[in-house]
Amino acid sequence: MIPAAFEYHRPADLAGAIALLTEHGDDARVMAGGHSLIPMMKLRMAEVPHLIDLQDVTSLGGISVQGGQVRIGAMATQAELIDHAGLSNAAPILREAALQIADPQVRYMGTIGGNVANGDPGNDMPGLMQCLDASFELEGPGGARAVKARDFYEAAYMTEREDDEVLTAVSFAATSGGYAYEKQKRKIGDYATAAAAVLLTKEGGACASASVAMTNLSDVPVWSEAAGAALVGTAVDAAAIKASVAAMLGDIDPTEDNRGPVAFKRHVAGVILGRAIARAWSRA
Amino acid sequence: MKDEVTREERVDALGGMGCKRKRVEDARFTQGKGNYVDDLKLDGMLFGDFVRSPYAHARVKSVDSSAAMEVPGVLAVLTAADLEPLGLHWMPTLAGDKMMVLADGKVLYQGQEVAFVVATDRYAAADGIESVEVEYEELPVLVDPFEALQSDVVLREDLLGADGGTPDGAHGPRNHPNHIFTWEAGDKDATEQVIGAADVVAEEMVYYHRTHPCPLETCGCVASMDKVNGKLTLWGTFQAPHAIRTVVSLISGIEEHNIRVISPDIGGGFGNKVGAYPGYVCSVVASIVTGKPVKWIEDRMDNLMTTAFARDYWMQGKIAATKEGKITGLWCHTTADHGGFDACADPTKFPAGFMNICTGSYDIPTAYLAVDGVYTNKAPGGVAYRCSFRVTEAAYFIERMIEVLAIELGMDAAELRRINFIKAEQFPYQSALGWEYDSGDYHTAWGKAMAAVGYDDLRAEQAQRVADFKAGKTRKLLGIGLCHFTEIVGAGPVKNCDILGLGMFDSCEIRIHPTGSAIARLGTISQGQGHATTFAQILATEIGLPADSITIEEGDTDTAPYGLGTYGSRSTPVAGAATAMAGRKIRAKAQMIAAYLLEVHDGDVEFDVDRFVVKGAPERFKTMKEIAFASYNQAIPGLEPGLEAVSYYDPPNMTYPFGAYVCVMEIDVDTGEHEIRQFYALDDCGTRINPMIIEGQVHGGLTEALAIAMGQEIAYDEMGNVKTATLMDFFLPTAVETPHYTTDHTVTPSPHHPIGAKGVGESPNVGGVPAFSNAVHDAFRAFGLRQSHMPHDHWRIWKIANELGLHG
Amino acid sequence: MSNKMHIKLTVNGAEEEFLAEPRELLIYTLRERLGITGPHIGCETSHCGACTVNLNGKTIKSCTMFVAQANGAEVTTIEGMGGPDALHPLQEAFKEHHGLQCGYCTPGMITRAAKLLEENPSPTEEEVRFGMAGNLCRCTGYQNIVKAIMAAAADMSSSKEAAQ
Repeated sequence: MIPAAFEYHRPADLAGAIALLTEHGDDARVMAGGHSLIPMMKLRMAEVPHLIDLQDVTSLGGISVQGGQVRIGAMATQAELIDHAGLSNAAPILREAALQIADPQVRYMGTIGGNVANGDPGNDMPGLMQCLDASFELEGPGGARAVKARDFYEAAYMTEREDDEVLTAVSFAATSGGYAYEKQKRKIGDYATAAAAVLLTKEGGACASASVAMTNLSDVPVWSEAAGAALVGTAVDAAAIKASVAAMLGDIDPTEDNRGPVAFKRHVAGVILGRAIARAWSRA
Repeated sequence: MKDEVTREERVDALGGMGCKRKRVEDARFTQGKGNYVDDLKLDGMLFGDFVRSPYAHARVKSVDSSAAMEVPGVLAVLTAADLEPLGLHWMPTLAGDKMMVLADGKVLYQGQEVAFVVATDRYAAADGIESVEVEYEELPVLVDPFEALQSDVVLREDLLGADGGTPDGAHGPRNHPNHIFTWEAGDKDATEQVIGAADVVAEEMVYYHRTHPCPLETCGCVASMDKVNGKLTLWGTFQAPHAIRTVVSLISGIEEHNIRVISPDIGGGFGNKVGAYPGYVCSVVASIVTGKPVKWIEDRMDNLMTTAFARDYWMQGKIAATKEGKITGLWCHTTADHGGFDACADPTKFPAGFMNICTGSYDIPTAYLAVDGVYTNKAPGGVAYRCSFRVTEAAYFIERMIEVLAIELGMDAAELRRINFIKAEQFPYQSALGWEYDSGDYHTAWGKAMAAVGYDDLRAEQAQRVADFKAGKTRKLLGIGLCHFTEIVGAGPVKNCDILGLGMFDSCEIRIHPTGSAIARLGTISQGQGHATTFAQILATEIGLPADSITIEEGDTDTAPYGLGTYGSRSTPVAGAATAMAGRKIRAKAQMIAAYLLEVHDGDVEFDVDRFVVKGAPERFKTMKEIAFASYNQAIPGLEPGLEAVSYYDPPNMTYPFGAYVCVMEIDVDTGEHEIRQFYALDDCGTRINPMIIEGQVHGGLTEALAIAMGQEIAYDEMGNVKTATLMDFFLPTAVETPHYTTDHTVTPSPHHPIGAKGVGESPNVGGVPAFSNAVHDAFRAFGLRQSHMPHDHWRIWKIANELGLHG
Repeated sequence: MSNKMHIKLTVNGAEEEFLAEPRELLIYTLRERLGITGPHIGCETSHCGACTVNLNGKTIKSCTMFVAQANGAEVTTIEGMGGPDALHPLQEAFKEHHGLQCGYCTPGMITRAAKLLEENPSPTEEEVRFGMAGNLCRCTGYQNIVKAIMAAAADMSSSKEAAQ
């Protein structure tokens, strides 16, 4: 498995990266950890005449937690997310999810930016970002803009990001209440057969707010507004969970693959979501 | 000289058989100093790689390499047309068929080799491959062997007779152009009669799916033709280096003495590296053409898609019994999917391997087996993936049929096994399908296993779990997977076992050095089994020199004696026996030397650990070290100088290791996930040479069994595309998915083997697969499940539950 | 296309400089250009970990890194961990506990295990299994690998205590 030859660029700053993207258009791709892109290049399924390595763009790193807002630079690795104590307090669901991604070596390289930006429906972070109602910061030749994660994904590998833009950071409000990222996979290193991200808050024994998102059950990550709404105001009992699951099932559209047929995935999606809700509620 | 060392200390100092000797191989491997074929770098070495077919069945209309030849670094592009004048565009398979080296007019499976690009390095080769233009015309694809036997689509037009008919193949008559052979054992009429008259008959189709050995190191080689000396050296991942030398000689016309085959360290084999592959042939040709060494190394997708699948047996079974559960007859018809060419690696007379061991551990008076081999649009192979030839299929078949019979009878499956075991006093036991089991004590092993796991308590817990499940208190079921397997390994006696006409003996040659150390060379080749450690232990015990003073060398055909290699658990049964026998020849001469030195008759001295002593006078002795020196410095009347021996061992029989395994599995009915709570493996491999290594072999084999039973498969879609060609989809468990194992043993030596050893490397795969699979089935037995095909990945387990109505 | 770039690497303490195509994968740089053949190629898709090396203090899969990305990095392979005169405790432990068979995964295993123990000097068995989940072994079933790593952890922490 040998990739085709390419020109390698390692810009020192974001402006340099954007200039390269502008110059080479479709022929250029930015790369963070490379663990999605490099295998595709080795299989010659992705042709990248100009590869722009972002590792020297230090402005894309860093994790900050301030005033109830979390901002994570695109180049922050999964390992950094896991090890960051402040982040674990501000949004523990992120650590729980990151630990279920790939394996230790890959987590040293894989970044949050790479995970959310390329639009692979198998990736875990996009679903989680829906759940968190995160914003993605994009920067291109025309300047910076923010796009809601919930508006970002159009289809598999198709996103709101323009070819000459770089996803620079994700940001979201610190969470409170209960959380769970529940993922069924065939083995360590696999994408989800089904995964569910749940955040909810509890007031006076009832669910005050809830957000539900699902991974790898459609060609885009699925934020199920209805599934969250079904929980709000309830005591998150069996009936409420059932209603939430039913609502979620209306929003997903899984396809058959080696992980199993559609009926199985729909069933498992329901089970996994039920478990995620129960676990989140127990932590609320 | 006063002997201050006790006899026990002298035994310990040898590091002989039975001790947990640390491995001598490990110093190199732990420091990154292994020497695998891809580590080899020769001056001027080129790299070759294949253009492969994207289609499973297609005519190859044209191959245009002109653009590829323009790619910098590309030196040559070989096609079938280039190989044809050399007679090398096809090659013989181990199974009596022939296969294309490069596509000759058509391709028969996805990934088949179409052209060989030779370049200065692997990057240029890869770019060259991209530039070769092949025009294909797609043909109808057959991926189902049953459909293939009905189809008008002829896969192997090369085998049609001049009249368009279907001439006999290497194994007799063929009844359809896509049919390869019918192979039978046992008594058909008698078996059908028994089944017709039986109180109870259980019938089931048992499918053992297609999978792949997938060693961590893929296959590869370096061919170097020295045109000055006319000598070809071929380094490669060969589990049978001598057989490869003979094959290369036969197909290339280079005389065998001018070919040197070297197997360096091998990064796992498990059967993948037994066969001869187009990459080897093309590398040799490319080296001859270019005059330079040529390396070929598979990538992982090549490996999974083309070299050496395993299993793919559809086994239709009927098992008959009295109403008390005494088995009276077994019938099996197997439809064997061999892919596009019959390249199975079996002894010549056994086109279905030793599938006729499928009566297992049971005293079954009447049995019949027929196997039909079939061509389909899948890769060739049919190797013994960590098992003796088709023995895993056989063990899985009978261990599933026993479970199905237990269901039919309403009996406990452990008890059904127990009342049908061959009894200890029945050995040597003549099976209804033609084998003579050498030794066994199944009841003892089974009793020990049942006691160790607390079988009755487990069943009670399971019954409670079923009640709790029905009451809505839990969504997890408990499966108790049982298996008692009997293997047949150590092929084999030359009278009935050969590969390409080469008898399946093996060999050992020993040279004792003057100072009392030694080198022994064998016809086998380790792929992780630790031969350098264990064969030295056998010799230490046999010849009384410390294992640490004995070098074991394998894998170089210029130095090692001829042998058939390492697979089918044959190293210990065959080469291990040769080692012991060669050691005994050394000892016989040493006895004469000792007698001379001690000035007594030969019969007046006897061997004692590390020396010969005068009978009745233990203070008078000569150590083996002293004897070794004397053999080089004393003129002993009637004896040649030196101390060397060679043995070619033709085993009188196979060996029959056995074991009792129990797997306790928790199954999540809603997600299909499982957790292995306990796995107990009792193995009886006869005399135990190194318990540490045996235990390691069991852990590894069980993990391969786990993978196979619970998710690993080579799956095709209806177009013949391989759906599982990377390690994302081809299941190899990590440390997280792998459970902790408990190992145990009994010792029933082989009566015909010089040291009583039987072989163990493959037992855990043979026994493990039924144990894991039976655990899944057993969990659902209370809800009416009889049979569900492997692999038991999440969705297939979920499907069982779903079809049984357990999802409400 | 030949667009070679100037690469500098420090590998096992030695500075290396050479021209290479950016697409050259680090595993091939080590194995074919520098003759460091301890790390191996197993799956090529970052699943098996046979190619694991330590790069700037992180254990990474060198089959999924271009040499251009590694430019300027410090790389440690199994060859840099301990030699015949002074084996790393993990090398000793793998030998002692039969933590290897064919040896092909071993360099990656030991390299990864060293980083794991650096981050977590006294892991539980479960933590070892989880921390080693990026390295596949086809021979051992992991049981003795886990045992070896636990033993090395104990050995390393007791020698650290002794040193204090």
